[in-house]
Amino acid sequence: MSAHIEVAGLNLNFPLYHASGRSLKKVVFSTVTGRMGSDAKHRIVVEALRDINFSVRAGERVGLIGPNGAGKTTLLRTLAGIYEPVDGRVTLCGRLNALLDPSLGMNYDLTGRENIMLRGLYSGLDQAAIRQLEEDVSVFAELGEFLDLPVRIYSAGMMVRLGFAMATAIRPQVLLMDEWILAGDAAFWDRALLRLEDMVRGAEILVLSSHNLYVVADWCTRVLWLEQGRVREDGPTEQVLEHYLGHPLRPQQEAKQPVGAAR
Amino acid sequence: MSIALQRGAATEVTLELHSGQSFEQRQRQARRDLREAVRLWRLCWTLAFLDIRLRYRGSMLGPFWLTLSTGAMVAAMGVLYSELFHISLHEYLPFLTVSLVLWGFISTLFSEACYSYVANDGVIRTIRIPFTLCAARTVLRNLVVLAHNIVIVAAVDLFVRTSPGLAGLLAIPGLALWIIDALAIVIILGALCARFRDIPPIVASVVQMSFFVTPVLWKPQLVTSYQWLLPVNPFYDLLEMIRGPLLGEIPSATAYAAGLGYSLLLCAAAWFLFARVRGRIAFWI
Repeated sequence: MSAHIEVAGLNLNFPLYHASGRSLKKVVFSTVTGRMGSDAKHRIVVEALRDINFSVRAGERVGLIGPNGAGKTTLLRTLAGIYEPVDGRVTLCGRLNALLDPSLGMNYDLTGRENIMLRGLYSGLDQAAIRQLEEDVSVFAELGEFLDLPVRIYSAGMMVRLGFAMATAIRPQVLLMDEWILAGDAAFWDRALLRLEDMVRGAEILVLSSHNLYVVADWCTRVLWLEQGRVREDGPTEQVLEHYLGHPLRPQQEAKQPVGAAR
Repeated sequence: MSIALQRGAATEVTLELHSGQSFEQRQRQARRDLREAVRLWRLCWTLAFLDIRLRYRGSMLGPFWLTLSTGAMVAAMGVLYSELFHISLHEYLPFLTVSLVLWGFISTLFSEACYSYVANDGVIRTIRIPFTLCAARTVLRNLVVLAHNIVIVAAVDLFVRTSPGLAGLLAIPGLALWIIDALAIVIILGALCARFRDIPPIVASVVQMSFFVTPVLWKPQLVTSYQWLLPVNPFYDLLEMIRGPLLGEIPSATAYAAGLGYSLLLCAAAWFLFARVRGRIAFWI
């Protein structure tokens, strides 16, 4: 079966547990005094996603754009199965790799090598494949002897290189990317871009959240414009970007091929 | 260029999440969580071992520091309390050793259970990971520590020239039950403590109190008129299931019955709570 994503009627609220909301005492006493109902109603929630509907077929490359706090990262996390919907339905078929956070759940006290091994085990790789993963990551990240030192002492650049190399070594069918992956120093960036494009090309579905509209225009065949947790517009890249910006992204068309369009 | 690490096509993962689930559907999700954790058992072992290695990285004796400190405590307390209770050291020392080693497992497990999800917030918010895996990691880590401390029990047995004999084998089913119960406790406390941040201190004081009301330092035979009350304390029943055999005694049927009953209740509570709140934990941590 080919990969696909189906989102229907998705709502997601974030409960805000400030200091008192987390207290057992508050809940117990409000239950005792019969104020539980009003307490539940007064619980502060952030409505992160509102009534999201879309479906993605194999071969589509979707860009998520929108201002900060529009719900891009939350939507990616929901697609990755981290947040479960309060309302609605999320269906995702295909092997998934979600690059949501530069730390990738790394443990900073462990060495680079140990973190690579954990990542490999998480992905269900066997010993041989983990060794291969280690080799691949260490060559690409150029960490040398630092690979056997705790990640804590790495420079910021080394940390990004390790995270990036690890994230891009395992090929998924469905690739969810947050824009941190597009950050990096210039020297690293050329090599990184090649590797990233290679991975994007190999994936059946890409969902990329980014503020960099040029990357979105280059890579995506379709754009979801989120605003305040709702889909403001969903359509072909050029059309949505033009509405988003109020003018075409590239006034004189350079006719650049999207990465994924070659397939 | 990078290599492609493809898993076999058979491992295609499908994710299906929706709201308004019936309890049956929630249970199915919970079972799936459990299944995924079992599938990732190698990751779980590695995490537990790395936890231990990390804790003692750079120390010469490593986890055997724990063995050493437990050993020192047993030696000091054994001499003092055998005097206080008027029991021969020969008789008291094996009892105290087994009790303290087992109680050490219980009390650390309870305190670490509270943080089994909260401490993994970075991972839980980055990749979809089975929650039972985080729970199993806490249990495994403590089992590794317990394995280090068991050395003292053997050493004391050698020292006082005693051995549990064949009855010692009964400790194995006891340990199996402990592992299941430990998992249930971590699942319950991990979720509750993620939601309510004032639970860990409550847990700590309950465990502290239980240490004194449970026959850990004092022998159960010292209670005369309230002997029937002992099995009411779940800690006593569960302690007896391993301690009895290790001391060469076969635990009473009452202790077994009560211990099994409590375990059943505990596991049922853990399962219902887990099925109910599993989808919310990511929002709480």
